[in-house]
Amino acid sequence: MSATTWAWLVLLFPLLGSIVIALGFRALPARVAGIIGTAAIGLAFACGIGALVCLLGESPDARHHASSLWDYASAAGLQIKLGIFVDPLSVFMVLVVTGVSTLIHLYSYGYMRSDEGYHRFFSYLNFFVFSMLLLVLAGNFVLLIVGWAFVGFASYALISFWYRRTTATGAGMKAFVINVVGDIGLVLATLLIFRELGTFEYGQVFARAPHVFHTNEWTVTAICLLLLVGAFAKSAQLPLHTWLPDAMEGPTPVSALIHAATMVTAGVYLIARTHVLFVLAPTAADVAAFVGLATLLVAGTIALVMTDLKRAIAYSTMSQIGYMIMGVSIGAYSAGLFHLMTHAFFKALLFMAAGSIIAAMANRQNIDEMSGFGKAMRFTSATMLAGGLALAAFPGTSGFFSKDEILAYATARGGMYLIFTVLGYFGALLTAIYTFRLIFRVLPGRPCKEAQALIDSGHVVHAHPFNPATGEEEDTDVGFPGAEHHIAEGSAPMRIAMGVLAFLALFGGLVQIPGVDDTITRFLDPVFADSPLAAIHPSVAASWTGLAIGAAISVAGIGIAYYLYVVRPETPAMLIRRLRPLHTFLVNKWYFDELIDILVVKPALAVGRYANRTFERIVVGGLITGTEDVVGGAGRVVRTVQSGFVRSYALLLIAGFAGLGLYFLLSST
Amino acid sequence: MNIDWYIVLSALLFATGAVGILIRRSPMVILLCLELMLNAGNLALVAFSRMVGNQQGQVFALVVMVIAACEVVVGLGLIVALFRRKLPLDVDELRELRG
Amino acid sequence: MEAALFFGAAIGALGGAIGVVAMRNPFYSVLALIVHLFSLAVLFLLLTAAFVAAAQVVVYAGAVVVLYVFVVAYVGSGGESAWEPIPGQRLLAPLLGAALFIELSIAALSSSLLALSTHGPHVNPGFGNPAAIGRLLLERFLVPFEASSILLLLAAVGAVVLAGRKKGETA
Repeated sequence: MSATTWAWLVLLFPLLGSIVIALGFRALPARVAGIIGTAAIGLAFACGIGALVCLLGESPDARHHASSLWDYASAAGLQIKLGIFVDPLSVFMVLVVTGVSTLIHLYSYGYMRSDEGYHRFFSYLNFFVFSMLLLVLAGNFVLLIVGWAFVGFASYALISFWYRRTTATGAGMKAFVINVVGDIGLVLATLLIFRELGTFEYGQVFARAPHVFHTNEWTVTAICLLLLVGAFAKSAQLPLHTWLPDAMEGPTPVSALIHAATMVTAGVYLIARTHVLFVLAPTAADVAAFVGLATLLVAGTIALVMTDLKRAIAYSTMSQIGYMIMGVSIGAYSAGLFHLMTHAFFKALLFMAAGSIIAAMANRQNIDEMSGFGKAMRFTSATMLAGGLALAAFPGTSGFFSKDEILAYATARGGMYLIFTVLGYFGALLTAIYTFRLIFRVLPGRPCKEAQALIDSGHVVHAHPFNPATGEEEDTDVGFPGAEHHIAEGSAPMRIAMGVLAFLALFGGLVQIPGVDDTITRFLDPVFADSPLAAIHPSVAASWTGLAIGAAISVAGIGIAYYLYVVRPETPAMLIRRLRPLHTFLVNKWYFDELIDILVVKPALAVGRYANRTFERIVVGGLITGTEDVVGGAGRVVRTVQSGFVRSYALLLIAGFAGLGLYFLLSST
Repeated sequence: MNIDWYIVLSALLFATGAVGILIRRSPMVILLCLELMLNAGNLALVAFSRMVGNQQGQVFALVVMVIAACEVVVGLGLIVALFRRKLPLDVDELRELRG
Repeated sequence: MEAALFFGAAIGALGGAIGVVAMRNPFYSVLALIVHLFSLAVLFLLLTAAFVAAAQVVVYAGAVVVLYVFVVAYVGSGGESAWEPIPGQRLLAPLLGAALFIELSIAALSSSLLALSTHGPHVNPGFGNPAAIGRLLLERFLVPFEASSILLLLAAVGAVVLAGRKKGETA
């Protein structure tokens, strides 16, 4: 079978899984729905492997295929096909997405077992994977937009999964609205591309672009900036990032899949895919790189003070995606994508471990209340430690190799890009500190009440269901983050998934050790061969220097965290007291939410209120009631003739007759 | 006398009947005025029949007479019904069908 | 001779008409109507419509007026109030009547029917007598004849229904 056939199958299985579970949710028992969902993605992963094998069997230059099912629209110069594009980049993304998704489905099989909305969850999750694969495999910009929009919807559906919680629905709406802003950017970019180049197909666009556009011409810069709007909204970069922390309202597997491994990486994929356009618009590429850097630093500082476990990990996601965006914007394509892969491993793992701990805490997520889980939950702690080490880029882990490869590239590019290296290393220091802040808070120490309960009895504490954010009572009929979400120690599927990811997080980086092997780069080479930036390679010596610096910073960061949270635990409180204004600023997330509220939300609400009060009521309402009044008034006037007096009717009759007679008499003269 | 005298007389009687309908308020008298108008029509019919020279106008007048009789019968039945229900026999009082 | 009869009958008809319109008491109006009807019968005779004149006396002055008398006797002859609720009615009605009369007269007199200024064509002696009318009714105008008899039946039934005593009524 050809690579494109495998690719179509990759798309088919998750879609089928979603539809089957959705239609059969009453008939299928919960266990079967979970198996169907997981198997669908597993089959998609297998087909992805098939596509990979097919591609590897061809020569590197021939590894790009387009395949179309039918013509979507064909009229007056507009040619849109329902087509996919299979090349190393899309196969890479397919493997990452399906691989991590299979493990997360396996995890959810155990984790969500007692949730009322089990079937709905798996149907939505399968649909999400289908949408993400559609986005990644799309062969033209129109289908990309379709996949983009579907992913946005799936994210909304999954964030608001517990739909009776007001915080969840609010978060879902926020995510969706910000994603729509990104969609607008993407659609406008596509329209501009069509106007300038006359086609939507990837192959034709990227072939024609260098001939039509001059470097830094305003059209191609505009296209790239609009694409960036879309990328930033989806990947939660400044200033469109405010939805990601709130998206933690969704169940933990959702956070693991969508907001760590897959959806948020769509922006990175977009920039990598359209790198030809970004090469032609270096200004836009630099803008992207700086935004990525800014996000990196801002998110890192906020993560230092977050007390909600999942939100802290969310800010860490934001920060790491900043690295990826920075990477693909400055030209380190394979490095950025490599980091995408390793990040998927260790971030999903971290979320899974966090989910296990939160389940043990009866769904409270505040790390100030957690301690001592190292003794109570050994497996979870071990995996959490593995993920944390990878995130902090501890020497030898996957994160170590991927993150430092980006920074080494920045150094090799030189000039202005050294800023990225320096600040990137500073960001790495922050990463190590905040990661191990979480780990040292939660794992060691005297066991808290819930941990003690686990040690003593092996049972999870149950709590009265209420929403800690708003204090309102939970609606248990639709499923809620209730007491019965399972912990890893009690569920084999969860342990299998976390174990595999821990292995990958620790050892997955070994495929791309500088000077030893460069599997990823070689695999992705044909895709990026047309970019002059891909020719820049840091020397092996420079790479190893960078790795050494990175190792030192990582260990230093871990050491600082150890000092602050284990050796002298009273120091953080003192620091907070001394630096209270800075702390407040960071806790309020640099006031971005308030800024957007003032700049966007309040004006929009004001416009809406004006429209309702003035325009709707006075103009439209006035028009309608005015017409009503006119008609009614005219009717009232006419009604006076209907007085009920027979004699006046007779009078009118005879008067009319006389008038007619007069008329005929006159006209006959 | 020339026929036109009869026509003019018929017109005068018709107008008188019309004024009577407009002015009087008792349903009885209104019916009587209606009779006046019908009779004026009859007179005109017979006069024209004499002018033309055949008797079709007279037959027409007979039929008109029949119709007038029927209408009187129904009208008087109405008046009796009104009286029975103790409603005021005044056309101006009976004005519920108004807009 | 003919003129004298005409004018006498005309004045009788007109007087009866004005009496119907002007009398306060409905009973007196009925009596005025009788005078009017008889005068009209004379006028019909002058127009050589013997049968119609006879029918006028028998049907109209006989049956219809008797009906009127019965109902007036039953209902009573109440007066009418003088106040006019409809503004302008008392003023407009005579005006309109006059306008109507003038228009009709002008229409009749200034028409191109030149035969109006004559006595009419010479007719046979049997013009307008029962035999001639009867022949017409039964030969040429049979359908209208039968239809009017059905109409009479309908009217009779309708009147009985309208004026009949319902359950529970006393009067």
